[in-house]
Amino acid sequence: MNQTDPTPPSNVQEWTVSALSGALKRTLEDAFGFVRLRAEVSGYRGPHSSGHCYFSLKDEGARIDAVIWKGVFSRLKVKPQEGLEVVVTGRITTFPSSSKYQIVVETIEPAGVGALMAILEERRRKLAAEGLFDERRKRPLPYLPEVVGVVTSPTGAVIRDILHRLADRFPRHVLVWPVRVQGETSAAEVAAAIRGFNALPPGGPLPRPDVIIVARGGGSLEDLWSFNEEIVVRAAAESEIPLVSAVGHETDWTLIDLAADLRAPTPTGAAEKVVPVRAELIAQVDTLVRRHLGAALRFLERRRADVRALARALPRPEDLTAPARQRLDLAAGRLRHGLTANARRHEGDLNRLAQRLARLSPHARLAERSAVLQGLEHRLAAGLAANTLRRRADFDRQASRLTFRPVRERWQNAGERLVLAGLRVQRSYAALLAQRRERLQSCWKLLESLSHKGVLARGYAVVLDEARRPVRSVAALTDGMAVSLQMADGERQATIGGEGSAPGRAPSRSRGKVREGAAPSMQQGSLFDP
Amino acid sequence: MMSDHAPSDIASLPFERALKELEEIVDRLEKGNVPLDESIAIYERGEALKKHCETLLKKAEARIEKITIGPDGKPGTEPLDVEG
Repeated sequence: MNQTDPTPPSNVQEWTVSALSGALKRTLEDAFGFVRLRAEVSGYRGPHSSGHCYFSLKDEGARIDAVIWKGVFSRLKVKPQEGLEVVVTGRITTFPSSSKYQIVVETIEPAGVGALMAILEERRRKLAAEGLFDERRKRPLPYLPEVVGVVTSPTGAVIRDILHRLADRFPRHVLVWPVRVQGETSAAEVAAAIRGFNALPPGGPLPRPDVIIVARGGGSLEDLWSFNEEIVVRAAAESEIPLVSAVGHETDWTLIDLAADLRAPTPTGAAEKVVPVRAELIAQVDTLVRRHLGAALRFLERRRADVRALARALPRPEDLTAPARQRLDLAAGRLRHGLTANARRHEGDLNRLAQRLARLSPHARLAERSAVLQGLEHRLAAGLAANTLRRRADFDRQASRLTFRPVRERWQNAGERLVLAGLRVQRSYAALLAQRRERLQSCWKLLESLSHKGVLARGYAVVLDEARRPVRSVAALTDGMAVSLQMADGERQATIGGEGSAPGRAPSRSRGKVREGAAPSMQQGSLFDP
Repeated sequence: MMSDHAPSDIASLPFERALKELEEIVDRLEKGNVPLDESIAIYERGEALKKHCETLLKKAEARIEKITIGPDGKPGTEPLDVEG
């Protein structure tokens, strides 16, 4: 270069801009060929159309341009994100045309919890948008799995806890797919294990699990990071076998929890979720068995009672058909007999007529009468004989009873009584006789005094007609009539002649008077009338 | 009344389904509104289900195996000793 300045010449080497820029470039690249830089992403607008990324990394006081070449960007697990706190590695290089330097980023990773959380949230949103966490994708766990697949570290507390709890509740066939649960390869191993279990064909030499537990013990967010990796989340979401995640402690959440069919708070909790308690099931089955038997018995008993009740109400089949049957039998019987009965009746009619005819024939009547006669004869003879026999028997009976003693006794008795009675008769008769005689005497006297004889004795006469009837009136006397005149001392015949009737009236009148006055004594006297 | 030849579908029935069906059968029997023929059929099925459930419950065996990937990339198993 030429010395053109008025300033004193100097032996200081003159640089061209290009040379200086080149020198600076070499210096910077030599000195900062590999740097690890912690910064915040700023001005990030995604990859350029060229595929490269241009943005800034800054902190409170400085800023440096950053570039991620296309090839590197595609390999990045964590993409730059505006405001993301990152740790990048790369080299410093310059951009001579505009006096700039920049860092060419080789790797990028989030720095600090906030950064990781931001990534997690972004990834969650993205995968949720794909529907990987949809409730609809969740499948129910089998109630009682035969085979339990466990994806975890084969050593350590986690697998022990799971196995112990499984053994406590319901011992099962457990297949452990050993994986690293932390570190670079962890995510890929876990995803491969999940896919590996799913790849086991049912009925193959290795039993296909009915449920998968993906488990890991507690740790920092970074420790658990494998379970946030997309490859793991996708494998879990795609698993056809129901999957239970149990990563970290209850408060730790990872993306696999969202993709899993069920999230268990702890590995022990996962074991509790996948198998029921065997003892409880046994009790439940026992209860059901008892109810089953009881119900069946009661059911049958009830049915039997129903049948019995209905059977009681049901008429017997014979009862249903019996009346018809009876009618049929009756009709059949009558049918069979009807004909013969009919014939018989006609026959009977004929017989009767014939009999009547026969009876009416003179011969028959003769025979009948002679039979009657004969019968009567027989009866007569028989009756006579029977009568004789009976009488004889009676007689014999009586004769046998006949003894002389009672007769004699009665006889004596009667004799005595007769004597006594005779005496009494004699006595009473004499008395009676005397009495009667006396009374007769007095009566006779009375009669004597009252009779017409008395009147006659006083000089009256009675005129008697020829019939010896007293004549009471002169009118009854006719001339020449023969009469008798009765007087006290006798009677004389006389003939009526002439007049003069007066003397006749008095006797008859007085006689009538006498008779009337004597009537009571006449009555009394009648006792002795003959 | 007992049928020793359980229907083949029961043998492959998961425990929960078998238990549920048994419960349903018991419920129906207890309600008593099943036709008689069917009641006998479902009782027998209940017996079979019960047997199946008990078999599944008896078959509680703990086998712990670890998956190993052979040289051909195919998984195999070997016993896992967790205490080791």
